[in-house]
Amino acid sequence: MSADARAADAVEHPEWLWHAAEPKKSYDVVIVGGGGHGLATAHYLARNHGITRVAVLEKGWLAGGNMARNTAIIRSNYLLDASAALYEHALKLWEGLAEDLDYPLLFSQRGVLNLAHSPQDVRDGVRRVEANALNGVDAEWLDAEQAREVCPILNISPEARYPVLGATYQPRAGIAKHDHVAWGLARSAAAAGVDLVENCEVTGIDVRAGRVTGVRTTRGVIAADRVALCAAGHSSRLAALAGFPLPLQSHPLQALVTELLEPVHPTVVMSNAVHAYVSQAHKGELVLGAGIDAYNAYTQRGAFHIVERQMAALLELFPLFARAHVLRAWAGVVDVSPDASPVIGHTPVEHLYVNCGWGTGGFKATPAAGWVLAHTLAHDTAHPLGAPFGLERFTTGALVDEHGAAAVAH
Amino acid sequence: MLLIACPWCGPRDEAEFHYGPEAHHDHPADPALLSDEEWGRYLFFHDNTHGPRAERCCHSAGCRRWFHTVRDTAHHEILAVHRIGEPKPETA
Repeated sequence: MSADARAADAVEHPEWLWHAAEPKKSYDVVIVGGGGHGLATAHYLARNHGITRVAVLEKGWLAGGNMARNTAIIRSNYLLDASAALYEHALKLWEGLAEDLDYPLLFSQRGVLNLAHSPQDVRDGVRRVEANALNGVDAEWLDAEQAREVCPILNISPEARYPVLGATYQPRAGIAKHDHVAWGLARSAAAAGVDLVENCEVTGIDVRAGRVTGVRTTRGVIAADRVALCAAGHSSRLAALAGFPLPLQSHPLQALVTELLEPVHPTVVMSNAVHAYVSQAHKGELVLGAGIDAYNAYTQRGAFHIVERQMAALLELFPLFARAHVLRAWAGVVDVSPDASPVIGHTPVEHLYVNCGWGTGGFKATPAAGWVLAHTLAHDTAHPLGAPFGLERFTTGALVDEHGAAAVAH
Repeated sequence: MLLIACPWCGPRDEAEFHYGPEAHHDHPADPALLSDEEWGRYLFFHDNTHGPRAERCCHSAGCRRWFHTVRDTAHHEILAVHRIGEPKPETA
């Protein structure tokens, strides 16, 4: 039985999935940030490259940042070749990740609809479907009636404020249980010998003759041959410690969940135009996401009028949700880049690498981000999938503009 | 919702305003003289401070005028409001 099939039953947790580690004096690799991307990097450093003298430093608790504050949507239907390759690599890894980790991730390939509400949305959607097909990414263009067949509760009335004119559909897209993803990766990394160090905030980055030599933390000085920053919305602050800027802006990104409901929503629905997206988690709660709050902030809470507009838009699309009660709302701090694409690879400081700028869409990329960054840490060279996403593109101008496919307001 | 003190209209709800980018990030006097790196710095690299940050704001549902605020990105407190052309106030 596959790991995900076993998850149909409630997961029996062993007493410990990993043991909290005391930081040692030195490591080959220090990863700053114990979220999904940091843990995936540790997992693939061990699995693909045999590098296990590794510490993951987390200022709070493991996977307590954006990994606990996302809507767990996974898809790879990006427009441009470089993005499609990277996110499709992630999706292929997702398809085997529960087996790889021997841990149930509740990965459910229930498909995603990206709605079109205007003639321009339709043209953009059809273009993206064709581009996906050329890149080997499964994608179909559906008219409004076909979209309703995939998601019967979708309101396709022409009387809606923003009527549904059609949708792109990626059947292999879906959702996963974010906590399980973090736990599975953490367990695997810890079993390979990686130290997972919580309550350990990096307060300084030591650089000597242009090369990183270690980090200062609230739990002491730690020497490191190589350091990787995987800190999402706080990446700018860490880079400043090492003396260089990043082209990022940190914003709150809000989401909400409702009470538990009977299964009503069979897929994932996203709409660029009204800045809303929704799926139904395995337990039954509707998971609702908004676009980013406009202002920069590190607050992990956003403005009420943003979610008010989001709820109004969602009720137009799903009148059935009018009776649902929202139980909980939250915001993650996301690091938005100028071209809605990540920043992966080298920095002006030797042996110091970044993985950031994933903005609103980092969860889906978790395994690929770890895979690519582990390669760069092991070989000091860009992975072919990561090469187009280097920091140098903000000098050369070779941007990877994914504002269309990134799906929520950037 | 934030209460933002427009320098002309007084305190109004945040929903009346549009948020602008970082303040005092001025267009270079002669872009042709810049290197690619300097031009990239101007275009793509903006202040992302954790703490007091000067930014632009437009009272788009009111007087429609632009002004500057200094807001703490760690907790949203607005520390100062100043008109375009005025220097950034000391907020320390």
